[in-house]
Amino acid sequence: MVASAQNKEAGSAAVSEGVVQGRPIKVVAILCNWCSYAGADGAGTARLSQPHDFRIVRVPCTGRVDPLLVFKAFEKGADGVLISGCHPGDCHYSEGNYYARRKFELLRRMVPHLGIEPERFHYTWVSASEAARWQEVVTTFVTGVAELGPREGRAL
Amino acid sequence: MRIGVFICHCGTNIAGTVDSRAVAERAAELKDVVHSEDLIYTCAEPGQAAIQRAIKELGLTRVVVAACSPHMHEVTFRRCVEDAGLNPWLFEMANIREHCSWIHADDMQKATDKAYEIVKMAVAKVRMAEPLFSEEVDVNKDVLVIGGGVAGIQTALDLADAGLRVTIVERQSTIGGIMAQLDKTFPTIDCSACILTPRMVDAAHHENITIMAYSEIDRVAGYVGNFKVDIRRKAAMVDWTKCIGCELCMQRCPSRAPDVFNSGLAETKAIYIPFPQAVPKRAVIQTDYCRWFQQGKCRVCERVCPAGAIDYEQKDEIVQRDFGAVVVATGLDVFPWEDHYPQYGGGEIPDVISGLQYERMLNASGPTGGHVHRLSNHEEPKTVVFIQCVGSRDESVGRPYCSSVCCMYTAKQAILTKSHCGMDTEVYVFYIDIRATGKGYEEFVKRAQTEFGVKYVRGRVSKLYEEEGKVIVRGVDTLLGNQVEVPADLVVMASGIVCAEGAPSLAQSLNISYDEFGFFKESHPKLRPVETNTAGVFLAGACQSPKDIPTSVAQASGTAAKVLVLLAKDKLKTSPQIATVDQSRCVSCWKCIDVCPFSAPEKQELRDGSVKSHVIETVCQGCGICVATCPVNCISLKGFTTDSLIDQIEEALLT
Repeated sequence: MVASAQNKEAGSAAVSEGVVQGRPIKVVAILCNWCSYAGADGAGTARLSQPHDFRIVRVPCTGRVDPLLVFKAFEKGADGVLISGCHPGDCHYSEGNYYARRKFELLRRMVPHLGIEPERFHYTWVSASEAARWQEVVTTFVTGVAELGPREGRAL
Repeated sequence: MRIGVFICHCGTNIAGTVDSRAVAERAAELKDVVHSEDLIYTCAEPGQAAIQRAIKELGLTRVVVAACSPHMHEVTFRRCVEDAGLNPWLFEMANIREHCSWIHADDMQKATDKAYEIVKMAVAKVRMAEPLFSEEVDVNKDVLVIGGGVAGIQTALDLADAGLRVTIVERQSTIGGIMAQLDKTFPTIDCSACILTPRMVDAAHHENITIMAYSEIDRVAGYVGNFKVDIRRKAAMVDWTKCIGCELCMQRCPSRAPDVFNSGLAETKAIYIPFPQAVPKRAVIQTDYCRWFQQGKCRVCERVCPAGAIDYEQKDEIVQRDFGAVVVATGLDVFPWEDHYPQYGGGEIPDVISGLQYERMLNASGPTGGHVHRLSNHEEPKTVVFIQCVGSRDESVGRPYCSSVCCMYTAKQAILTKSHCGMDTEVYVFYIDIRATGKGYEEFVKRAQTEFGVKYVRGRVSKLYEEEGKVIVRGVDTLLGNQVEVPADLVVMASGIVCAEGAPSLAQSLNISYDEFGFFKESHPKLRPVETNTAGVFLAGACQSPKDIPTSVAQASGTAAKVLVLLAKDKLKTSPQIATVDQSRCVSCWKCIDVCPFSAPEKQELRDGSVKSHVIETVCQGCGICVATCPVNCISLKGFTTDSLIDQIEEALLT
């Protein structure tokens, strides 16, 4: 308890010194190669404007995503982590996103226990033909994280 | 490590928003980067030559190209670096076009900063890259064609003529598809059956073609070159090895059933053959309508069948077949307008029919023998109204797309109306726009208007209702700005096209993508229009998007060519981006075996007698599900290692 209180103090001290305050937010978006990455490509081809503050990491399948990667991202200073894959039933590898969904659902419930606002983690499904949906998903998520602002402190 | 970075301008596609030169200059400062330059068109010959020159002259050991999506040109550049002597997997693409310049046109500074960060992430990833080597697998050269419409038949005939063995799986009891139901085809007005049925017979007689009618795809496993498919032969209750297609059963059967082939305009029998030219010409019992199956008495067909083919005990049968490639040609269905247009009577007005019903009515072998009449009183109509865009270009019914064939089939049906019912018949067409883009199409519509005097009214119809024995068509003429009312005897809906029933679930068994309307998604709309993103699965015909016959056939032949390209090789190179097990750390929990959709991991006995997991290289598809599942992290996915993903994330978060 004492330690966490100190951490909190250290965090707010950092804010007051302007270390994190005012910096742009950083969102990591982990996308599966076959659906959501292609959907984001489609959004690009259609010139659908999107917020700047997210970076895409391509994985073959959301089934490849170990939840520890998400923690790692938060540990390294991510203000938000978005994961998107093929719609359930449409996985390029038949069932990768079913395994992913189980993990991400538990992860979603666990995130607040780590002192991270639930709005900073989101998982969803965007198909290769849903360019407009990708624009909506990424805009809503990044805007939501921007409203929360940068995360204070670096610890999980 | 010597990394070379190449930043593309893509003309102004990237450089219009991102300062490619500035990105190249900043990238030159990154760790291990020994060369960084910007190129106008990296994918073009001079661009590729510059990369190859730099590899040779500067001894680059890794290459990053920052340009378009890897889905666009990753293969191009891997080949490029390979030709210069580098292992192709020591290459990484940074997507600064689709994921940066094209979506951030508003702020050049921010877009440039972002492009630099995307490059930084790619450099971090390529730093972790290792040379990878492909395995080779044998290729099965048999082809599965799903759907026996005109597209499927064309692909099958082309492939069979080239010497490949083809199996057509068709869910109806005959091949032919929608085209078999059509009377004439636009813009030549030749007889649809006269063109199609000889092709159906060709397919049936071809030594390299096997037709499995009244069958459906149950399950698809495997991968390109080696698909394992379970085909469900549905129980026809007739032994097709004995049935001779004499139709005697059909004549004598006492149970009536709706005639789907005639679009519900007539009745058929519970035991039926859809039409006289059916291929194969074999009978099927529709058990829902059969007196024997419903009431337990009758067996008339069994008594009259001269071949002893009736088998009331028949069950569905699963047949397993192996194929090297799969062509999906499942075609289309007609938009069920009755469920969506209550303002048009919702199917309750007898003299309002669908385009396909009218097609059957016009057909000489149709239920009316080619005589056009009103369904209410069987009189020949004096005024016929066609309504276009019913279930097309109409967001109110969730169909924003153009079905592409309705303008033309309406023009054809309008002309045929005049020739069937006489030139003095009044024919109106309500349209939004006329889309007549094919060869000879515009001229055909003009002929309908001038030579045949079909009256085209530009505007939507708001309401249809019955009054004094007529169907009142109330609409608007947007060119004159008038309300229009036409008392019609017969109204024909130019019903749009929707995907074939069950298309999404077929896509799911094949692991291919489909859009919100159920049309299958091609790999690239321009460069890979007949391929899907699943290697070895191809598309032909209207299952990809609404198409007319010439386009479907052209695409089907294109598809055949693409299948031949794939199967011209005796062995296929597999992707080396696969999972490997560090057996020294494997705890033999077999969770990888449980989760793998492809059965790639197997138990392997080592020399010390212990049993550990081992991934079969040629079976693994590289999804990485096992990697995220392994409790001791002893499985690694080549090309997507955990370390390389963490490095990318770190780079993304460093300012």
